Amino acid sequence: MSEPEGGKRRVFLKVLGGTLGASAFAYAMAPLRAWTKDLSAEKFLQKHYKELGKEEIQKVIARVERETLEKYGAKVKVKDQKPIEGVEFGYALNLSVCIGCRKCAEACHVENNHDRKTNNSYIRVLEMDQGSFDMARGDAQYDHAVPAPGKYYLPIQCQQCDNAPCVKVCPVQATWKEPDGIVVVDYDWCIGCRYCEAACPYHARRFNWTKPEVPAAAVNPDQGILSNRIRPQGVVEKCTFCLHRTREGRLPACLEACPTGARVFGNLLDPKSEIRWVLENKRIYVLKEELGTKPRFFYFFDV
Amino acid sequence: MRAAPTCAPLSPLRPSWRCSLRVRARTRPRPSPHPRLRPSRPSGATSIHVPEKLESIETGQLDQNGKPQRIACVTCHTLRTPEKLPESPGELVRFHQGLVFKHGTLRCASCHVVGRQDSLRLADGSMIPNRDAMLLCGQCHGPQLRDYQHGAHGGMNGYWDLGKGSRVRNHCVDCHDPHVPRFLPTNPVLRPADRLLPPPIEKPALPPFPKLGEAHP
Repeated sequence: MSEPEGGKRRVFLKVLGGTLGASAFAYAMAPLRAWTKDLSAEKFLQKHYKELGKEEIQKVIARVERETLEKYGAKVKVKDQKPIEGVEFGYALNLSVCIGCRKCAEACHVENNHDRKTNNSYIRVLEMDQGSFDMARGDAQYDHAVPAPGKYYLPIQCQQCDNAPCVKVCPVQATWKEPDGIVVVDYDWCIGCRYCEAACPYHARRFNWTKPEVPAAAVNPDQGILSNRIRPQGVVEKCTFCLHRTREGRLPACLEACPTGARVFGNLLDPKSEIRWVLENKRIYVLKEELGTKPRFFYFFDV
Repeated sequence: MRAAPTCAPLSPLRPSWRCSLRVRARTRPRPSPHPRLRPSRPSGATSIHVPEKLESIETGQLDQNGKPQRIACVTCHTLRTPEKLPESPGELVRFHQGLVFKHGTLRCASCHVVGRQDSLRLADGSMIPNRDAMLLCGQCHGPQLRDYQHGAHGGMNGYWDLGKGSRVRNHCVDCHDPHVPRFLPTNPVLRPADRLLPPPIEKPALPPFPKLGEAHP
């Protein structure tokens, strides 16, 4: 009498245990359901940028180069430029001479392999009313001859804050501040939650809603793993002061493109640098100083 | 008594350029006493670009390679010498017709000398070659020249770190037409086309900004 009952109970417990185990296993394997064609096993198992050894980073670079060739048909050279000791970057922009032509935004678009369809760029130029400093009233989509009467132009890009809100909110530490002052993103670690985009008071971060479309001939082959490599879909990207150029001693692309010479770039630690002269001799201000973000991007006027 | 500064040879990068001290300091970066700031190898130099239009003029035609054809100023100016400089651009009827001039109250003779079309004259009467026109501009535009010498005016290309490479700086005439120095209106490029951006909205105009001395509304 008792045996069949006990047998039933045992079978029931076995089935229950098996079901629970199977569901737990299925739940644990859930990320695999999100597996897409774009995600290789190599990338899935890749460590955080900061934990990569010298050989591992070479493997990552080889993978990025191979994937760029496969997906975009472009042969590129990706490097891992490291911060230079004794260098901290600073950028200044002269609002008295900026005419709002958006040549800087275009240079950024080309240099950083941005999506061609959306005219994406790390620089947003706001057309502002003279006498006003209300950025909410600034117009980024103006489309008429510049400079327009009664207006001035305020180009905004990543301010490379020393107290960066975007770094603080990242739940997976995919973004951090480098010793030379540049805030970077590990584009393979970012989960695309867009917290940083919401936290940035300068609207400096961009999200890749779709896979960036760049024709093979237009891909800039001179790339950095933390800067202008083509970013995957679903990650947040940002200006890095062109670190693939500036860490090699070259000037950023937006500075070289500026037809009015409004931009000054250099090493804040070098007392003889141009940027230091501007900081010491011009009337300088930073955007939204009251937020305490401590930007490394300065605006000045010719007065 | 100190000798008066000489004006020749005048190249903005040679020691004789009276105002070039800062630029010269940049050309040969001296090693910093701070070891962390010492440039790896001071190899780079700063040079100033010489715009073509200082020594030649566009003919309006294209050459074999499809580039605008230019001819040197001296091509015509060695053959004929005008008797006197015109008072205004309107008097130019045979050559340089339609020249637009909007540069304060200057006259042709403020900078040009009849018979010396390859040179410009400074306010002190000394002559400089056209390529050194920056000296001439700097006579009136002192703050701009000061900013230029400190790298805060005028664009550049190349390296911020002269320990790694060289840099080419723009000449005044690269960006400013000496006859119409103010920037002309231009059409902006690369309008953002993100699908998430709202269409441009018409915002009501702000009240006019009060002038200095007026009471704030």
